[in-house]
Amino acid sequence: MMLREMSKKTMISLITLAILVVLSATTLDYSGLRTFSPSMGMDVLRGLGQPDWGFLYDGSSEDLLSLLLLTIGIACLGTMIATVLAVPITLISAVNLWPAHPWVTKLGKFICNVLRAFPELVFAIIFVKVVGPGPFAGVMAIGVHQIGMLGKLFTEEMEAMDERLVEEVQAVGANFWQTIFYVRIPYLMPIYCSLALNHFEIAVRSAATLGLVGAGGIGAPLIFAIQTRSWSKVSIILIGVVVTVFILDQITGIIRKKLR
Amino acid sequence: MSLKETVHFKWYKHLLIVLFLFACFQGSVWITSAEFSQVFQNSSQMTAFLSRFIHPDFSYLPKLLEPMIKTLQMSLLGTVIGLVFAIPFSFLATTVVTENRWVSTFFRFLLGLVRTIPTLLLAALFVAVFGIGEATGVLTIAVFTFGMVSQLMFQAIETIDFGPIEAASAVGANKMQIAIWSIAPQVLSQFASYAFYAFEVNVRASTVLGYVGAGGIGVILNSSLALLNYERVSIIILTILLTVAIVDKLSERVRRSLL
Repeated sequence: MMLREMSKKTMISLITLAILVVLSATTLDYSGLRTFSPSMGMDVLRGLGQPDWGFLYDGSSEDLLSLLLLTIGIACLGTMIATVLAVPITLISAVNLWPAHPWVTKLGKFICNVLRAFPELVFAIIFVKVVGPGPFAGVMAIGVHQIGMLGKLFTEEMEAMDERLVEEVQAVGANFWQTIFYVRIPYLMPIYCSLALNHFEIAVRSAATLGLVGAGGIGAPLIFAIQTRSWSKVSIILIGVVVTVFILDQITGIIRKKLR
Repeated sequence: MSLKETVHFKWYKHLLIVLFLFACFQGSVWITSAEFSQVFQNSSQMTAFLSRFIHPDFSYLPKLLEPMIKTLQMSLLGTVIGLVFAIPFSFLATTVVTENRWVSTFFRFLLGLVRTIPTLLLAALFVAVFGIGEATGVLTIAVFTFGMVSQLMFQAIETIDFGPIEAASAVGANKMQIAIWSIAPQVLSQFASYAFYAFEVNVRASTVLGYVGAGGIGVILNSSLALLNYERVSIIILTILLTVAIVDKLSERVRRSLL
């Protein structure tokens, strides 16, 4: 903690870090900020302070509540697809399921890495082209991206599980599928459910942003409202997103605590 | 786990869960008007995209270097600013430090609110308010880091050993002294690990921030996608992948040496 106790190596790395930070702070382009003026900022804040409650529900399918429901629907369906499809990928990519052929797992891990590597937004753009703009493109984008995420996490859990349990069952004569159904699934099910719920939370957040590229959800009206500078509408949409995400976080938090 | 609690004995409970999940699935399909056959019907679009995508335009690579470095700079600066703000707030959000349930609940609620706003939406909002450019990206990353790291940090502070705190307060240390001499040494390595983790996440996030005008490599990604120049999109994504992989490996190594 004290300066004296620090090794030379830590000092050097800290100094390098400081130099890098200063370098990036000085070389970045701040010209964009020049258009900002305090009066404009006050204007935005005033607009954000007066949410347009009329947008909350007006009976049409273009109001806040139905769009939020759509966003949750996108996230829910996307996560469900991903969870179901991540399981077979886990079965190929977990090292402890393929003791004799470890090269098989490389393939599964490669698939996961490739799927995870693309930003969700890029998937959304691709699927908007494939299935046309709309919520379904968002579902596919989230689904495909989450396969990679969940596949990786599922595999890690599978590889970290207690192998003695499996050996015990094998000792009394269970075959491969019996060990899967009677040991691995009961052991991993709560963990996998917890991970899937966590990713549902994440998916709600990304579903809210995918509307930026035309993949349905709350993002599209938000970006229109921002571009037309109708801050009271921006405000109500942001409130809606924050409240929804917050409530879902709490609910999944309670369920995940019970699963543990 | 007793026998009565296993899958085979509580099947009615599991049946209910399965029915609920099925209802969620059907409801979501109905809400999003999903038609899975569409994916296969329009697969020609997908193959057209992929066939151009697997021929990256390598001649464009030198022009990507500068925006990529800018992206890294944005995430570094944003991470550092976010961390500076996260440390005091994470201390305030634990009952260990404040010894008052209400104060820490209030700060936790505040941090929770910051975390709920999706990064890209925040970037879009900041771009509209502060203008297009890298500075807006830094601001977005800073807010995002603040929300993410402060939660991880207060969870770390909650699990510390109380002995050193009692020892320090027994010899008459005040709140500030306890925080610096009893709490900080216990969580410092964890904090450093979270800082690198945050940097990793931020590099990933900052590559798409440009899509809404917040600077970095995302700006080129956006324009190439808009021009349907998929060979270029491909090389941009490859560059992002490579950078993220390198940053991941480096920060993983540093984090492992810290813990």
